[in-house]
Amino acid sequence: MDTRVAELEVSLSNGIAIRTTQLVKRYGEREVLHGLDLTVEAGEFIAVVGRSGCGKSTFLRLLAGLEKHSSGSISLDGYAAPGIHPDVRIMFQDSRLLPWRTVIQNVALGLPGDSRQVALAALCEVGLADRADEWPANLSGGQRQRVALARALVHQPRLLLLDEPLGALDALTRIEMQCLIERLWQQHNFTVLLVTHDVAEAVTLGDRVVLIEDGSITLDLDINLPRRRERGTAEFAALEGQVLHKVLGAQLCPN
Amino acid sequence: MLNRILRVSSTWLLPWLLPLVLVLGWQAAAQLGWLSTRVLPAPLDVLKAGIELGSSGELWHHFVASFKRAFTGLLIGGSLGFILGFFTGLSRFAENLLDSTLQMVRNVPLLALIPLVILWFGIGEEGKVFLVSLAVFFPIYLNTFHGLRSVDKDLIEMGKIYGLGRVALFREVILPGALPSILVGLRLSLGYMWLFLVVAETISSSEGIGYMTMNAREFLQTDVVVLGIAFYALLGKASDVAATQLERHWLKWHKSYRT
Repeated sequence: MDTRVAELEVSLSNGIAIRTTQLVKRYGEREVLHGLDLTVEAGEFIAVVGRSGCGKSTFLRLLAGLEKHSSGSISLDGYAAPGIHPDVRIMFQDSRLLPWRTVIQNVALGLPGDSRQVALAALCEVGLADRADEWPANLSGGQRQRVALARALVHQPRLLLLDEPLGALDALTRIEMQCLIERLWQQHNFTVLLVTHDVAEAVTLGDRVVLIEDGSITLDLDINLPRRRERGTAEFAALEGQVLHKVLGAQLCPN
Repeated sequence: MLNRILRVSSTWLLPWLLPLVLVLGWQAAAQLGWLSTRVLPAPLDVLKAGIELGSSGELWHHFVASFKRAFTGLLIGGSLGFILGFFTGLSRFAENLLDSTLQMVRNVPLLALIPLVILWFGIGEEGKVFLVSLAVFFPIYLNTFHGLRSVDKDLIEMGKIYGLGRVALFREVILPGALPSILVGLRLSLGYMWLFLVVAETISSSEGIGYMTMNAREFLQTDVVVLGIAFYALLGKASDVAATQLERHWLKWHKSYRT
């Protein structure tokens, strides 16, 4: 009976739980993160917002194991993070597809053996199976990001780190991509950390919106709106206003 | 329809109009006696000399000799350039060890080495192959080094995140990323290859197109001299076309090389 409960819990949340304590990152003299404490439960969707240069991308790179933190600790599922973690995938603002590989070869990158079927399934999930054999150069920006998403999904990550992946897309494509990310997150139950400068996007997608200002967390807000959130509602606008007000602070209206 | 024919003929045929007019003018000038055959033979005489030497097998013999020299040099110099560029491009240690020395040697005008080369190798085959190797070495070395260095760091980082090992990272990311630059090096070195071959063969040799032309000069056979020059031009053009085809094939993912 106990084992069945344990199994059920595993299948309910496939994600990685994150805990950072007093996380500090210095580049030479300059301290970028000053003691960041954040706890993320398995399967949670966290949206990290902040002005450019506040350290939010650095935070994500530390979680991805791309850079070493200067002091403090990061634990994934209770273990100290060992550099690049095989269950963690990161997506950047640029798709970083290899231009000399076809779409499907890009998705299959790093998979062992004959992985065409697996890669094709992942492309299906992002709705691009029919473009499998084209060069990335023939795709639009939004399609390239979807391929990058498929490439991350194919490894069945348990933690997906998104570093402003929609930042360079037009408004309509962004909304489509937000729906896609939300749907895939609900389907696969991984943990997501989305870094964005778009507060509306953060409120649309996040279980929690975390604000980083000048290297520290200054706001950690639960978003308890039911999902498929409508942007027009009063509650949505109130939450968005609350975060925006905090971000902009005293400079809200310079005039 | 007519428009289409005009457009197609203007892209394919128009480039040939000027050479055709020039050759016809040249032939006319020679036939009318305006141009002494001791200065420049008529194009038809060059063609005749080509057919004559071609049917006796002599032209083929010289062609093969030149071709062998050129490509032996390309193979030796090119692979050395690629291998050294590979090391200096991938390792800071190798760069510090080798690059500044190679850059110094590169600044020596290579043709100034000819007296030394003759002293070292005499006038045999080795000296010629050495000169060609030296000439093709630098373009390939420099472009391989530079190509490997300028591969997009973001893509390398991405490859590491996706668990590529060192070999896979090189095969999937670094080498394809450096390939456009390496092929530019190859193309440049093909140009140098023919240039240095001409110089080397003109100094002294007992076979090859350069020998054929120098020998013909002794007997004032200007038609054979011009034939030799035309042959060099043809070889240069052929290798350039070959390099372009390689680029088309290997870089077909690249927007600028798509047909």
